[in-house]
Amino acid sequence: MNDLMKTSHIDLKIILTLLLLPLLTSASLFAQENGDCLMCHDDRDLKGKVNGRTRSLFISSNTFNSSVHADLECTDCHEDIDGDDLPHREVFNIVECGNCHDDVMELYKDCLHGKAKAKGDPLAPICQDCHGKHDILPVADPYSAVEPMKIPFLCGKCHREGTRVQLQRNIPQDRILENYSQSIHGEGLLSKGLIVSATCVSCHSAHRILPHTDPRSTISRKNIASTCAVCHAEIESVHRKIIRGELWEKQEHIIPACVDCHQPHEIRSAFYDYGMADRDCLECHENQNLVTTEDGRSLFINYNELKSSKHNTIACSQCHSEVNVSKLRPCETIVSKIDCSSCHARVGEDYSKSTHGMLAARLDENAPTCKECHGTHNTMGRLDPNSLTFAINIPTLCAKCHREGELAAIRNEGSEIDIIQHYTESIHGKGLLKSGLTVTATCTNCHTAHREMPGKNPESSIHPTNISSTCGNCHYGIQEQFVRSIHSPSVSDTDKELPVCNGCHTAHTIRRADTEGFKLEIMNQCGRCHEEIAKTYFDTYHGKVSQLGYTKTAKCYDCHGAHNILPTINPDSKLSRQNVVETCRTCHPSANRQFAGYLTHATHHDPDKYPFLFWAFWGMTGLLVFTFFISWVHTLLWLPRSFEWRKKLKAIHTAEDEINSDLTDGNNVNESSEQGES
Amino acid sequence: MNMKSKYVLRFTRLNRILHVLMIISFLILSLTGMSLKFSYTGWAKVLSHIFGGFESAGYLHRIAAVIMIIVFVTHLVDLVRLKRKEFGTWKALMLGTNSMIFNKKDLQDFIGSLKWFIGKGPRPEYGRWTYWEKFDYFAVFWGMLIIGSTGLTLWFPEFFTIFFPGWILNVTTIIHSDEALLATGFIFTVHFFNTHLRPEKFPIDIVIFSGRVYLEEFKLDRPDEYKKLVESGELEKYFVEQYPPVVLRAMKIFGWAALISGFSIVIWIIYAMIFVYR
Repeated sequence: MNDLMKTSHIDLKIILTLLLLPLLTSASLFAQENGDCLMCHDDRDLKGKVNGRTRSLFISSNTFNSSVHADLECTDCHEDIDGDDLPHREVFNIVECGNCHDDVMELYKDCLHGKAKAKGDPLAPICQDCHGKHDILPVADPYSAVEPMKIPFLCGKCHREGTRVQLQRNIPQDRILENYSQSIHGEGLLSKGLIVSATCVSCHSAHRILPHTDPRSTISRKNIASTCAVCHAEIESVHRKIIRGELWEKQEHIIPACVDCHQPHEIRSAFYDYGMADRDCLECHENQNLVTTEDGRSLFINYNELKSSKHNTIACSQCHSEVNVSKLRPCETIVSKIDCSSCHARVGEDYSKSTHGMLAARLDENAPTCKECHGTHNTMGRLDPNSLTFAINIPTLCAKCHREGELAAIRNEGSEIDIIQHYTESIHGKGLLKSGLTVTATCTNCHTAHREMPGKNPESSIHPTNISSTCGNCHYGIQEQFVRSIHSPSVSDTDKELPVCNGCHTAHTIRRADTEGFKLEIMNQCGRCHEEIAKTYFDTYHGKVSQLGYTKTAKCYDCHGAHNILPTINPDSKLSRQNVVETCRTCHPSANRQFAGYLTHATHHDPDKYPFLFWAFWGMTGLLVFTFFISWVHTLLWLPRSFEWRKKLKAIHTAEDEINSDLTDGNNVNESSEQGES
Repeated sequence: MNMKSKYVLRFTRLNRILHVLMIISFLILSLTGMSLKFSYTGWAKVLSHIFGGFESAGYLHRIAAVIMIIVFVTHLVDLVRLKRKEFGTWKALMLGTNSMIFNKKDLQDFIGSLKWFIGKGPRPEYGRWTYWEKFDYFAVFWGMLIIGSTGLTLWFPEFFTIFFPGWILNVTTIIHSDEALLATGFIFTVHFFNTHLRPEKFPIDIVIFSGRVYLEEFKLDRPDEYKKLVESGELEKYFVEQYPPVVLRAMKIFGWAALISGFSIVIWIIYAMIFVYR
C-alpha cells in the first residue's frame, strides 16, 4: 500500500508539472498540434500497417482528452516524429514513459518485469501493457486499468493457469489467481468490494516486483512482516499466540514469518480467532481437578498429550473457535461442538454422506463422530503406531461397535454376521494381526475411512459396480484380468447378476485361494449361477473326486481360469481350440487333441446333445433292471422250497457233526493230502 | 477209507485259490470303485479316507484289477491245460458232461426248477454244474471283459484317445460304472443267496474254500452227478478227508468277512440310490 501511495504521489507531481508546462512555453514551438494529429487519427476507419499487420490507428479525441495526459501534446511522447511532414513516417519508436516518469522507470528496470524486458523476453510486460496508451486514467478512477478491483485480473492476464508466462517462465506458485480469489484478501476485494483489501500490488509492489529470495523484495522473509504490517499495523499486539511482539522483527529466523502460517495466495477460511494463546486456556485447564459444574466431567487437559499429537502446531482456539478473548473466561462464549471439517473440509463432506454421518445428522446418539475414532486432544496420524487409526488398530476400533452384540452389530440388517470374528480369521485379518503386515486390507481399505456406506448405495465402495476397483486398489493385476473377462459388465451385456470379487471370495471370510476349503467351495460358488453345468461336472471323475473332498483334480478354475475367464471362442481363452490341449496337459502331460474331446460336462440325460451317452446309460440300466428282475424273481420263487429242503439237510448235517465229533474224540484225524484233483 | 469216504472233493485247489483271490480283488475293486461312484454320500467320503484318499484308493483299485486279470488269465491257461490233458479238443471240453456251456439238460432243469418252485413237480436232479452256477460263471466272464476293457481305457485315457475320440471315455465311464453296479449287485444279492443265504445253506457254505462236500449232502444236492460218478466207478477217486476244525473255522471267518463286506456294500448302494440319489 505504501508503494501504491508513493506511485500515485509521483504521478500527481508529474501531472502538475505537465499542467504548468503549456503556460510556460509558447504554442508556436510545436511543429504539429494535437488537432493536426487528430485530424487523421480521430477517424474510426483509419487503418495502417504496424509490424506488417493492418491495424486500426484510431485515437478517440474524447478518450485522450479525458486521460491524465490530455494536456500533453502528442509529440511530447511521440518525440521521434516531431517535425515530420504529414502524414508522418510509418515506423516510429514505442513511447518511452521513463522520459517523464524517470523515478518509476528506475524501479521498473530493477524489477523482474524490467529485467526480462531488458533481456528481450517477448512476454515481459511494459508500461503500456498495464497502464494503457492514450486512455490512461488516474488510479483512483474506477475506469482506470490499474484500479484496485482490476488489479488481480490485470496481473492474472499473465499469472493464471494456462498462460504462456505460467507455463514457460519459472513461477514458483501455482493457481495464483484462483487461490487469491478464495483467500480472505480476495474475498474482501472481490466479493465485499473492499478496495482497501490487499491486491497483488499491495504485497508485490507495483513497479519493483522482486523474487522473495531477493532481500530487497517486499515479500522477502525479512520484509514480509513490514509489508503485511502496512495494513495489519497492530497485528503484533493482538497476535499473541504466535509472537510476543518484540521478537518478530528482530529475530526473523527464530520467529515464524507471516507466510509460514498464512500461506501466500492460499485459502484461509479457517478462522483464527482474536488472539487466544494456549497458555490462556491452560491457566484453568492445567488444573487436574477442574470439572464441569453440570456433570462433574473432568476438564483437565494434558497439554503434553496435545503437543505430542498430530495437532501439535494447532492452537486451542483454532478448534475451540468460539472463544472470545475479551471475556474474562474466554470459553464462556462456546456453544457448539468442535467442527473438524472447518479444516478437514473434504473429509467432513465424505463423512456427511456416510452411514455414520447420516446417523449423526439424525442426532442418533450411537452415531460415531470424529472423536470416537480419532480421539480428542491426543489425535494422531494414522501412520503413528499409537494411533487409534493405525492399520493394526483399525479392526479393534471398528469392533467397538461392530463386534457381535455391540450397538452397530445389533442394528445391522445386512447378511454379514460375526464380521470381526470372520475378518480376524480371514487372510486379511491374519496378514494384519498375525503377520503384522500393515499394508494388508483393514476395514477402511474396503469400506473407506470416512465414506462408508451400505453396499446397496451405488456410491459405496462396496457396491457391486465398485467392488472390483476397490479390491483392485491392492490387487490391481487381478482387477486388470477381471475387467477383460466374461464376468465383467464391460464384456458381458446381460440382465443377470454378474459375479464380483466377493461373490466367490466372500466379504469378511476371505481365505487364501490355495487352501483346500476354498478350492472345494469354489465349485459351489460357480454352481450358484452355472447350476446345470456344475451338476454335470459332478457326474465326471473330476467332479466326483472333488466331491469326496480332494483337490488334486481339475476344478472349475483349473480349466476355465479364475479371473481371466473368457468365452471359448476367444483365442486367448484357456479352452479355445488353440489352448485346450495345453490346458489338459497341465495335469495329463501326454494329452492329445482327441483326449481334449472328452466331454467334461456331459450328461446322459440329453438324447439330442449326447445320444451316445444317453443310449449307453439306458442300455446299461435296461440290462441291470432285466438281469436283477429275472434273478430276484427266481430267488423269491425258490425260497419256500428251500425251507423244505433245509429240514432234509439238517438231518444229514447232524449225522455229519456226530461222526466228526467221534473222529475228533478218537484222535484219528489223518492229515493226508487231497487226492484225485484234476 | 471208511472215514474218508464221507467227503467228496468238489473244487480243485487251483480253483479255490483263484476264487479266494477273486473275492479279495473283487471286494477291493467294489469298495474303492463305489466310493468314487457314490462320492456324494457320507459313507463314500469315509471309505475314501480309510483307503488313504482318492489317489491311494485309485492305486488299490488298479492293483486289485491286475490281480483279477491274473486270475482270469490263469483260469484261461488252466482251461487250455484241462483241454490238452483230459479232453483233447475244445469241442469235447465244451460238449462234455461237466462243461460250463449251457446244454439241453440245463433248459430241462430250469423248467423243472420252476415247476418244483410252484409245487408242480419234484426237485430236478441237478448235475455237476447247475444252470444258475453256469449263469454266474458267464456273468463273471462277461463282466471281466466289459469292466476290464472299459477300465483300461480309463486307466490309460491318453493312449486310447490316440485311436478313439474323447467322448469314448464318457461312454466307457458309464459302461464301467453301471456294469460294476450290476456285478456287485448280482454277486452280493443273487450269488450270495444262491450259495449261502438260501435257507438250506444258511448262513454260510464254505465248500468254495474247503472244496469238500459231505457225501450224504452231495447225494441229495447233485443226484445226477452222484449217479454218473457211481456208474463210471470214479466216485472213489473224489473221496477226500475233511480239513481239521481250526482250518474250517478260519475259512468260515474269511467267508463271513467277505459276506459282511458284500452286504455292507449292498446296503450302502441301496441307501445311496434311495435317499441321496442325484
